[in-house]
Amino acid sequence: MTPVSKIMDKENVRRTVMRIAHEIVEKNKGVEDLCLVGIRTRGAVLAERIKQCIEKIEGHTLEVGVLDITLYRDDLTLVDTQPIVHETLINFNIADKKIVLVDDVLFTGRTIRAALDALVDFGRPASIQLAVLVDRGHRELPIRADYVGKNIPTSLNQDVKVILKETDEKEDEVVLEKRK
Amino acid sequence: MDWTRHDLLDLQDLTREEIELILETAKSFKEVSTRDVKKVPALRGKTIVMLFFESSTRTRASFELAAKRLSADTINFSVGASSVSKGESVLDTAKNIEAMNVDMIVVRHKSAGVPQMLRDHLDSAVINAGDGCRAHPTQALLDLFTIQEKKGRVEGLDVAIVGDILHSRVARSNIFGLTKLGARVTLCGPSTLMPKDIEKLGVTVDYDLKNVIKKVDVLMMLRLQIERQREKFLPSMREYAREFGVNKEKLKGAKKDILIMHPGPTNRGVELSADVADGECSVILEQVTNGVAVRMAVLYLLAGTKHEPAE
Repeated sequence: MTPVSKIMDKENVRRTVMRIAHEIVEKNKGVEDLCLVGIRTRGAVLAERIKQCIEKIEGHTLEVGVLDITLYRDDLTLVDTQPIVHETLINFNIADKKIVLVDDVLFTGRTIRAALDALVDFGRPASIQLAVLVDRGHRELPIRADYVGKNIPTSLNQDVKVILKETDEKEDEVVLEKRK
Repeated sequence: MDWTRHDLLDLQDLTREEIELILETAKSFKEVSTRDVKKVPALRGKTIVMLFFESSTRTRASFELAAKRLSADTINFSVGASSVSKGESVLDTAKNIEAMNVDMIVVRHKSAGVPQMLRDHLDSAVINAGDGCRAHPTQALLDLFTIQEKKGRVEGLDVAIVGDILHSRVARSNIFGLTKLGARVTLCGPSTLMPKDIEKLGVTVDYDLKNVIKKVDVLMMLRLQIERQREKFLPSMREYAREFGVNKEKLKGAKKDILIMHPGPTNRGVELSADVADGECSVILEQVTNGVAVRMAVLYLLAGTKHEPAE
C-alpha cells in the first residue's frame, strides 16, 4: 500500500454529511429539542455543516455548541507539557435536550468519554447521541457511534487525517497515512 | 508554543510569548467560572498549599478558588496560627509541608526573594503570590488580561502607574509585563516614593498627574500603604490625596474610554474618590473576576511540567 491513500474526496464528504443529517432527523422523528455539540476543532466544523443541512431539510435552525475536552482528558498527568486549552462555547441550556455530539474520527473512544463528562457538567440532557465522519475501530472503551459517515478498517500504525476547508484551508478530504 | 516552566517567580523571567500563552489560556478558563458547575477535573489529585507569611484576603481567596475550580485539593497555612511564631525557619516550614507530598506551593512573604529561595530548595512548583516590594506576578497578569479584554490589545497603549511606586511589587511586575507586551509606561507619584533610576526599566517618570491623565488609555492606581507612612515619606495623607488622588474633577481632561484600575484594597478618598472607584470607567471588580481565571491558567500550565534542579 502507498504511504498515503485517499479515502474520501470533497464530494464524498459533502454527501456523507448530508446523509448523517437525514439520519439524525429520521431517528429523532424531527428536530424538536435537538441540539448539536461539536468537539474542537474539526467536530465543531462538522456540527456547523450538519446544522446547515438540517436547515435545508427541515427549515429549522438548531443550536450548536463547541466543546473543548482538554481539561477532561485522562492523560493530563502523563503528558510532558500541558496541552493548549481552548474555549468551550455552549450558550444554551442543555438540560432535557437531545444532544448530538459530533466528532471527525472515532478511534479509542477516550475523547468521547471526556466529552461525555464535560457535557454532564453543563446539565442533564435527555439523551446524548454520537455522530462521526469516520469510525476507524480500535476502541479501548465501551463506546459506539449512532451515526457513522464511513467505517474504515485501519491498523494501529496508520493515521486517519480529516482535512476540512474551514480549518485546513484546503479542499475537503479524508486520507489514510502511515504513522511517522 | 509549549510551556516548560515549573515555577512562577516574576514576569521579569518570562518571554512575551509565555505571557501571551497565559493570557490566552486564561480566556478559556474564564468561561468555566460562568457555568452552573464551576469545576473541571484538570488538576484532580494535585495538592496545592497556600503558604502565606503575610496577610491577604483577596489573593489567597482567588488562588484557592482557582485551585478548587480545577479540582485540586488545597490547604491553607497562615502565619498567625503557624509554627513560625514558635521560631521555625521559613525553609523548615516549607520542607515540612512538602514532606506531606504536595505538588505546588503558593507563597507570600514580606521579604523579597523568599519564593526564589524556596524554588532552589524544593521539588514542588513554587508560585510567588507577592514577595516584599519585589514582585506580584499574578496581579500583573490579571491586570494585563483585563486591559487586553477591555481594549483588545496591550501593544501601543499608554499606561500610567500612579502612587507609591517605591514600595509596590504590583508596580514592578506590571512594568515588566506591560513593557514586554509593547505598552508605553509612565510612572507618577511623590518624588520620595519614586525609586532612583527607575527609567532604566524602559519607563518615563512624570510628577504631574494632570498632565499624565490627559494622555493615557489606562490609569493604574496603587494602594497607598498607610502602614509605611510612619517613615515620613509624605507630609500628610491630605496632601497626598490632593496631589495624587483621582476624582471626577481631575478626570475631566481624560480620554473618554480611560480605564481606571486598582489592585485593591482601595483607600477611598485617598487614591480614588468613591464616585471614580464606582464609576463607569472603573474595572476594579472585573480585575478581581479575571484574577481567578488567570490564576487557574497559571496553576494549570505549571502543573504539567517536571521539576529541574536549580543550577
